[in-house]
Amino acid sequence: MTLAKRIIPCLDVDQGRVVKGINFVDLQYAGDPVELGLRYSREGADELVYLDITASSDYRDTILETVSKVASHLDIPFTVGGGVRTVEDARSLLQAGADKVTINTAAVERPVLIQEISQAFGSQCVVLAIDAKKRLNARSEKENSIFAEVYTHGGRTPTGLDALDWAKQGEILGAGEILLTSMDCDGTKNGFDIDLTCQVSSTVRVPVIASGGAGSPADFLEVFDYGLADAALAASVFHYNQYPISSVKQFLFHKGVEVRV
Amino acid sequence: MTQVSILNYQAGNLYSIRNALRRAGASVEVVSVEDLFECDALVIPGVGHFGAAIKNIRPAMDRIRGLIDSGVPVLGICLGLQILFSSSEEGPSTGLDCISGRVVRLPESVKIPHIGWNRVKRKRESVLLDESDDNSWFYFVHSFVGNPTDISVVTGETQYGILFPSIVETGSLYATQFHPEKSGPAGFRLLKRFVRVAKEAGA
Repeated sequence: MTLAKRIIPCLDVDQGRVVKGINFVDLQYAGDPVELGLRYSREGADELVYLDITASSDYRDTILETVSKVASHLDIPFTVGGGVRTVEDARSLLQAGADKVTINTAAVERPVLIQEISQAFGSQCVVLAIDAKKRLNARSEKENSIFAEVYTHGGRTPTGLDALDWAKQGEILGAGEILLTSMDCDGTKNGFDIDLTCQVSSTVRVPVIASGGAGSPADFLEVFDYGLADAALAASVFHYNQYPISSVKQFLFHKGVEVRV
Repeated sequence: MTQVSILNYQAGNLYSIRNALRRAGASVEVVSVEDLFECDALVIPGVGHFGAAIKNIRPAMDRIRGLIDSGVPVLGICLGLQILFSSSEEGPSTGLDCISGRVVRLPESVKIPHIGWNRVKRKRESVLLDESDDNSWFYFVHSFVGNPTDISVVTGETQYGILFPSIVETGSLYATQFHPEKSGPAGFRLLKRFVRVAKEAGA
């Protein structure tokens, strides 16, 4: 009954181009989504995540076209997000070839959206994406009490929400998975946020995808063993071919982690 | 080129399976329940609810049984496997009854739905699962499993809370609980074997 731990490359796409930043800013060109998607599925990715970060909504049709192109080359599960605000948005992505959709900002603004999409297409279709950043809890009586605050709008807007509470609420509303991104670690290649991942994994029963900070194969091992993650997502480390997916999986396999090799 | 028809009965996305069958070397057409008559080979995909699926597929039930009886290769995937059984705990509807037995819910001891990559153990001689692919990983998304009366139809098994049939083969009927179209190279090889069977049957 052991499910394989999943290794998930992520494409952040801006106007049809894959980009990658550090701590959510300083975006740099990293490749073509179709080429990268195909390469990753051949290298043994267990799933592909595609997050559209195009700011303008003028590009909605272009997004569907690109998603379709990427999907047509894939033989692994395909998760797509970015700007999903309604059941209809989710439906268009699913029809364009996505298997699951991620929701983020719109879910914080209107939590019932999680329930609506989950009822329309099943909870296995709904991934709640949470971007979180640690900060001092001014409201706590304890000195130096830290909590992980949920951010929306691609990391620009603090919400005051505690990531643990939000993950739990998302699960109750019907999210089938949590995609947890540590903004503090994102793009730094210094390793995943183990504490935060472990806390969220222990709070919800649905699978948790850890994201942000992957820099070496050992980071993946750590987030599975100590962060209790079900899947680990990374971008930079794969885009620039620093560690191909296959080598990360071989490393994990030899360390006794159940991975699909 | 071998022609494979995919049955469209409003039960989920046909995008991936269509692409995957094309990659596996088939010429693919999507047919509606109303338009399903003769074909060289049929794929019954499906995601969703047993009762809803049966309701949509009901007008074509006799024709599907007829195809199977006449030796046309048929592949059921996920919910497409479950509706081949006699009945299901998911709803009161009668299934296609091509495989005698009942569809039951996975035990509460495990997380439901069962989503992710799990292994398939080869139980006996199998067309879909080569010996070289014994214990390979396939991609699952489901909450219910088939429980056949005659266990000799089971050619592949998977462990998740219970040991359940993940591949069923009997006569010209083939079915997988997992999604071969989402299962990377192992899934591709499995679909290629089905397309080969379809080709041989059509020759």
